[in-house]
Amino acid sequence: MTLLAIEKLTVLRGECPVVDHVDLSVGPGECVGLIGPNGAGKTTLMRAALGLERFKGLSSLASLSAPDRARAAAFLPQSRQIAWPVDVETLVSLGRVPHLPRGGTLSPADRDAIEDALHRLGLDGFRQRIATQLSGGEQGRVLIARALAQQTPLLLADEPIAGLDPAQQIATMQVFAQLAQEGRAVVVSLHDLGLAARHCTRLVLMHQGRVVADGHPDEVLTPELVAQVFGVSIWRQDSPMGPVFQPMDVL
Amino acid sequence: MSVPKPLALVLILLCLALFGLSILIGPAGLSMTDTLRALFLGEGEAATLVMREIRLPRAILAVLVGASLGLAGAAMQGYLRNPLAEPGLIGVSGSAALGAVIALQTGLVAAWWLALPLAALAGALVAVLLILLLAGPRGSSLTLILAGIAVSALAGAMTTLVLNLSPNPFAASEVVFWMMGSLSDRSFDHVLVALPFMLIGWILMLSLGRALDVLTLGEDAAVTMGVSNIRTRMFLVLGIASSVGAATAVAGAIGFVGLVVPHVLRPFVGARPSALLWASALGGAVMVLAADLAVRLILPDRDLKLGVLMAIIGAPFFLHLIYKTRGEIR
Repeated sequence: MTLLAIEKLTVLRGECPVVDHVDLSVGPGECVGLIGPNGAGKTTLMRAALGLERFKGLSSLASLSAPDRARAAAFLPQSRQIAWPVDVETLVSLGRVPHLPRGGTLSPADRDAIEDALHRLGLDGFRQRIATQLSGGEQGRVLIARALAQQTPLLLADEPIAGLDPAQQIATMQVFAQLAQEGRAVVVSLHDLGLAARHCTRLVLMHQGRVVADGHPDEVLTPELVAQVFGVSIWRQDSPMGPVFQPMDVL
Repeated sequence: MSVPKPLALVLILLCLALFGLSILIGPAGLSMTDTLRALFLGEGEAATLVMREIRLPRAILAVLVGASLGLAGAAMQGYLRNPLAEPGLIGVSGSAALGAVIALQTGLVAAWWLALPLAALAGALVAVLLILLLAGPRGSSLTLILAGIAVSALAGAMTTLVLNLSPNPFAASEVVFWMMGSLSDRSFDHVLVALPFMLIGWILMLSLGRALDVLTLGEDAAVTMGVSNIRTRMFLVLGIASSVGAATAVAGAIGFVGLVVPHVLRPFVGARPSALLWASALGGAVMVLAADLAVRLILPDRDLKLGVLMAIIGAPFFLHLIYKTRGEIR
């Protein structure tokens, strides 16, 4: 069973392909780290996969109807938008909208999903806080909780840990890894290669719109590939607490 | 996702009280028992005429116009995610006014009173078609604003042109007075002309509650949560055109309601766009009823215009609000 199947997906900006013949399939239990330098096409790939962007090729999600897609995949955009000063609980409860019947109100199951999302992100004490008055990192976590409350088999998150403090970055990646262990799937784009190596079950490395490597973190984060794509040298070591992976110098 | 009950209760009670006052107070100087007997039993020919043909339609129109403007303001602010948005932004009121001005200037109104509201509605329709043509069904909210500004500017310029070329100073002054906005001397015919369009507009806008809630998270997030941008934008534009076009057609240009009412009520509904729709409809009715009462109480024999009073009270009030909340607006 696959939760996301992309075949020969191409997105053109004018003549220039920003995503170029990408094939990708994601199944339950996978926490896929989407890595690559700025402008590699990570965001465009996610947006196109969801049908937010015109593309050529196939995407299983984009071919679903809007309500079905909203129950199949949740998306966390890169820009953190909270337009109105609503409280955190209200904001997270928006994640339940795709599951509500027309004119219906939140059921006990919806309440449970909201509680679970708040709890996973450590937001229990934030319920009544006004979301727009929180710090940038806290807003980021509230928005992740909203996406989790949607309780979809697949979560696509675009740079969700940017701007979070180290503890929250790790905690958030652990939440994603936990979701994967529970049989759901996560596709997360990120720039921290160390966190990607530690918490993702699989990495997809993009460069100039193409997927240049796809597999276990050990196979993808080789010194040669990292030097070629990111232009940095790396230091890696297997420690008792898992692999340590650190970019060292610009080549 | 509904309005908090205490707030709804307060607004409904205020609305009823002001509606009652609006019916009881007027230049005819009838006593309360006379007015009620005339209204419900039809006792006293003159009193009945005043009550049923003048005061009642006026109070009803105040409610309809206020609810339309308040609701349209809340919908517009919710869609654009901007507390400074107002229904006039997409050029509907300006174009409706242009239609009315042309009807006044050409003398069509003298021949047939319905010409004025119908011309105003036609103006609103032209505005909608222009906006949808300019902004397209797929564009972002920014293109909608830009198209609206262009249409507003064009309608404003055309209105000025009509005044500019007016051969007759009396017709010109009639136009100017009409544009100030008023509810005096309206009849049940005005109610019947406006009501169907307003109802259609209300239904369209009230159905957007969930979409506007989800738009709090931005357009991308909203689309992936099953909200159709095209449907939202279509319902919004048609809803505003229909209800605000009808309001302008029967009452002239009345500003500030759509801007101030949602802004005042937002904190009371926890800033939730869907709840704000209902609350602003009630709040708009309260505001226009109150202003229309004030117009009659402050200068009973000078025909103070509703739109003028609204701006005189509304603008400083709005400044006060901005001053008070400037730390929170970012």
